[in-house]
Amino acid sequence: MSSMDFWILLTGSLAAVSCAILGCFLILRRMALMGDAISHSVLPGIVVAYMISGSRDSIYMLIAAAIMGLLCVLFIQWFNNRGIQSDASIGVVFTSLFAIGVVLVSMNARQVDLDLDCVLYGEIAYTAWNTLQIGGVDLGPRSVWLLGGTLLLVLAVIGLFYKQFKLCAFDPMLAAALGIPAALFHYLLMGLVSVATVSSFESVGAILVVGLLVIPPSTAYLLTDRLGVMIGLSAASGVAATLLGYLIAIWLDASIAGCIVAAAALLFAAAFLLSPKHGLLAAKLRHSRLSRSAA
Amino acid sequence: MISLWDSIAALASDPNLRWITLGCMLLGLSSGMIGCFAYLRRQSLMGDTIAHTALPGICVAFLLTGVKSLPVFMLGAVAAGILGTLAIRVITARSRIKADAAMGIVLSSFFGIGIVLLTMIQHSGDGSQSGLDKFLFGQAAAMVASDVSLMGGVSLVLAVVCALLFKEFKLLAFDPAFAKGAGFSVSLLDFLMQALVVTAVVAGIQAVGVVLVAALLITPAVSARFWTERLGRMVVLSGIFGMASGLLGAWISSQAHQLPTGPVSVLAAAAVFLVSVLFGSKRGLLTVRLTRRRARLNLQQASASSVKEAG
Repeated sequence: MSSMDFWILLTGSLAAVSCAILGCFLILRRMALMGDAISHSVLPGIVVAYMISGSRDSIYMLIAAAIMGLLCVLFIQWFNNRGIQSDASIGVVFTSLFAIGVVLVSMNARQVDLDLDCVLYGEIAYTAWNTLQIGGVDLGPRSVWLLGGTLLLVLAVIGLFYKQFKLCAFDPMLAAALGIPAALFHYLLMGLVSVATVSSFESVGAILVVGLLVIPPSTAYLLTDRLGVMIGLSAASGVAATLLGYLIAIWLDASIAGCIVAAAALLFAAAFLLSPKHGLLAAKLRHSRLSRSAA
Repeated sequence: MISLWDSIAALASDPNLRWITLGCMLLGLSSGMIGCFAYLRRQSLMGDTIAHTALPGICVAFLLTGVKSLPVFMLGAVAAGILGTLAIRVITARSRIKADAAMGIVLSSFFGIGIVLLTMIQHSGDGSQSGLDKFLFGQAAAMVASDVSLMGGVSLVLAVVCALLFKEFKLLAFDPAFAKGAGFSVSLLDFLMQALVVTAVVAGIQAVGVVLVAALLITPAVSARFWTERLGRMVVLSGIFGMASGLLGAWISSQAHQLPTGPVSVLAAAAVFLVSVLFGSKRGLLTVRLTRRRARLNLQQASASSVKEAG
């Protein structure tokens, strides 16, 4: 394994773990498509930050993208309150924001160092060359620092407010009755999703981030009934998908990000069929045993 | 100003551009009409999922035949769309995964596989593939005459079918239980509706692209909802909004060199949506404000006069 392989795998794993942890809460609150919406909506924020700051300095991008993500959530909520049903308001808001982003990218192709391919499926293969240098010292790839920081942030916030997030995920009514500010935690979660999305964006692109947010948590959801275990399994399956996907990508000479998501889908399919508790095979076995004992 | 005049003149004089614009308008019309029923059935995002699942279908069709032909791509896309729909059904029916997560899983995994195939085709150095990535965001100006007539024809058929089945779909949207009681096959109608959505999405993939084509189903319908409470008018309005978006998308993107058609059409639809939100005659912000104010004034007058009478 060369150092380039190592950096690509590390970048992919860090992105996958951040997304996998947050995705668990999205799935449990039935807001998987909110992740879809946010991951599309951060694009105009990223492009505008590029255009204003003139650099790929991550901190501006993070702030702009987090703002866009929260704006997207606010817009959806607002239209929802105006009587538009939630799926349609999600659809209208994220397609419009994403379209603004794509038009900005293609109109400013020369100033903005982003192309449409990168918007869709990232450029994780080039991570190793884009290094962070402070005072002439090479500190390793920039995206690793960015994604590592994001992961620390996610772990810190979720760890600090684990009980509150858990209660909001399973029983928002009870949470409200106990005086937990549910709206605050809702927006906190959405803010974290935006930050995780934008820091993964360069590596895996807008649409495949959705895969990292939704597929590993769903795999874990089929394997356990406990939230703590689910988060752990989800992160593990995200990392496994990264390793497996990278191998497939080398074998097929194809997009790494695409292969990582396809590998995550394979793991999901395995869990769907073989999970001891909630899998298709287990259900069939239970069923036949039951009918035999009845006969 | 001169360039605007020139581009209008180009629209009037260039027959090729005129046909492409007409095709995109027909596409907008049929998508807008079908979108209304999808909206009422709460399946707006289903269109988005189906659109993303089309990508691997297109790539497989190209890999199998080795030629770039729109009819073949459309077949591949339809097959993949149906497969995606089935996958969502199986996942939600046979496991504890909810519908939203199932849609997210199918959307991203199909799209991921599509991207894998697309990059494989690109890396294999096959020269004729160069246009395949245009299917992501759409490029109406790159369409040849036969593609345009295929897209326009399919759109026209969709619009006619939608108009003919208006009553049945209305019943299905508002009261499926009654529809069943009245002797309609709800599952057949449901399947037909699903098929119309898939076909509308697939018809639009070359012009508008797989990433954003679903917006033509969603946005015009939601905009129309702000102007009327009647389904018939909503369908007509939504069709008109879709047509306008198609016109603007095809026209503007043909004038600016770098601009893909899909995002421009979506932005045109979004502009219509914003106007509808502000000024819509039924639910628009302005209307709601005015109605509330009038009601308050009436109430004040009524209470003032009743006080006078009592005094």
